[in-house]
Amino acid sequence: MVVFEGERLEEAKEILGRYPEGHERSAIMPLLYLAQSVEGHISREGLKEVAGLLDLTTAEVEAVASFYSMFRLRPTGTHVVSVCTNLACMLRGARDVYEAAHEAAEMRHGQELSEDELITLHEEECLGVCDFAPVVQVNFANHDQVTPERMRELIAGLRDGSVPEPSRGGPAMSSFKSASRVLAGLEEAPA
Amino acid sequence: MSPEFERRLTRDWDDPAVIGIDGYRAKGGYEALKNALNMDAAAIIDTVKASGLRGRGGAGFPTGVKWSFVPTNTGKPTYVVVNFDESEPGTCNNRELVERDPHRLLEGTAIAALSIGCRTAFIYVRGEYLAQGEILERAIAEAYEAGFLGKGIGGSDVDLDIVLHRGAGAYICGEETALLNSLEGLRGQPRLRPPFPAVEGLYASPTVINNVETLMSVPDIVVRGPEWFREYGTEKSPGTKMFTISGKVERPGNYELPLGTPLRVLLEDVAGGVLGGRSLKAWTPGGSSTPLLTAEHIDTPLDYESVAAAGSLLGTGAVMVLDDTDCVVDAAQRMTRFYAHESCGKCTPCREGTWWAERVLGRIADGYGTAEDIPVMADMGKHIMFRAFCALADGAASVIDSSLKHFREEFEEHVRLGRCPLRLDHEAVAV
Repeated sequence: MVVFEGERLEEAKEILGRYPEGHERSAIMPLLYLAQSVEGHISREGLKEVAGLLDLTTAEVEAVASFYSMFRLRPTGTHVVSVCTNLACMLRGARDVYEAAHEAAEMRHGQELSEDELITLHEEECLGVCDFAPVVQVNFANHDQVTPERMRELIAGLRDGSVPEPSRGGPAMSSFKSASRVLAGLEEAPA
Repeated sequence: MSPEFERRLTRDWDDPAVIGIDGYRAKGGYEALKNALNMDAAAIIDTVKASGLRGRGGAGFPTGVKWSFVPTNTGKPTYVVVNFDESEPGTCNNRELVERDPHRLLEGTAIAALSIGCRTAFIYVRGEYLAQGEILERAIAEAYEAGFLGKGIGGSDVDLDIVLHRGAGAYICGEETALLNSLEGLRGQPRLRPPFPAVEGLYASPTVINNVETLMSVPDIVVRGPEWFREYGTEKSPGTKMFTISGKVERPGNYELPLGTPLRVLLEDVAGGVLGGRSLKAWTPGGSSTPLLTAEHIDTPLDYESVAAAGSLLGTGAVMVLDDTDCVVDAAQRMTRFYAHESCGKCTPCREGTWWAERVLGRIADGYGTAEDIPVMADMGKHIMFRAFCALADGAASVIDSSLKHFREEFEEHVRLGRCPLRLDHEAVAV
């Protein structure tokens, strides 16, 4: 075991215990989030270990992991920046925000990961914050009514090592790994 | 002037204390659950049936009737699953309801559980609602602490657990059978029906799946009665409902209104009118999956029957507003891209049709369309609609069909001019 060892293995067992007996497979999504929180994405080894915990094949786990966009199966930045460009945000200028994110992160269109591996930029479908469009998430924490200028500030902040405080709904997520822990239903790990 | 009525779902939104259990109880919270613990299951179901409450997730099915379909004598456990996968483009009222009043959801869920003898309920929250999931985790912990969840809830001999389950970014999981597959640890693809979830749902056991707003409407119905609930709305669409209005409006947001309130009131009085005083061009009544309507339909009452009569669907009550500077082809292309991205891949008409539709719409929008593309689009809509397993494909077809139905000339202009008639170049107009 490389991913689930020591304390992580104990946490994995706690996650398995959340679901009714005989239905442990339901734990696959939180276990994938937990694996992601360790490695920053889900590697072959991570898929294999989740399969081992659930008595499934690696292929069965990969089939699930590859279905959902929040599971990252490729190397991913320290921070994931998601820009919604669906209709409600598009009508309020999201395309310019998305362009500004590319420029500020010095990324080409189609490039997922910045050269310094700090940022993964993601064009998002509706994030359910249409009342504060255009919306951006940094490690799944919300930033409301983001202008291109604000977008450049957010990226500059990440470059300076400070994760900007979200607009509402709790503290900033210090990294994509940290957010993945919270999504596994665990406390954010101390840095 | 906003219409005068008694706010219900949003009545405590001005009081941040209700987010905590003490604040919620100070406003009468968990009294409905105590009442329900003294009622038999049939009486709870009859009360909800009599209120006429209809599912707020889009389909509008009567909630009490749905509960009554669940057999409780099969020897299997029964489950309540809360659909908090809110992902329909333009829709965000469930998010704000939970942010501001999370215990009301737990209370409604507990009452639903009592009505079908469920001992373990699940809340499926979309992964992107990370903060809202944390709010619910805290509320659930408080409810256990106060004895409203766990063993012997509210001093009764009934046990109830609530498990929070986070999704991971898939629109299709809002479809109830796809949600069940996802919760069982499978890919989130829809199931064949029948069997319906009421008979064979989660873990092949009888299951009720309800939307967040639906369940949050239940506590008041139990305490104040069906007649009270029916004071607003129409005979067939009783009560108030949450509406999300976004896009080109002065005050985008989530607003509670009696069902049957005309769009004009929501747009002009509540949301301050079209942004910058421009004029209304098109709008969705219930998210991007509901056919577009136009300025001609501004007096349509927002209830299930009236919106259907106007040629669309009330859906989630998510109104997205396009003004006269917005290009319908561009909007249709962006919406279609969403369906192409979110198609689960199970059915060919949806998987391939949305992919092609996005490309054809894209070339029309960019000025490279040909005269044949327009009839091809019309034909494509017909071949996607009702040809796939679930309603995702129908939503995609609705975008294509309704934009062509109301704005065919605009499509033809793009082809004739070789560019968007509303733009001199391909740059988006800055807001």
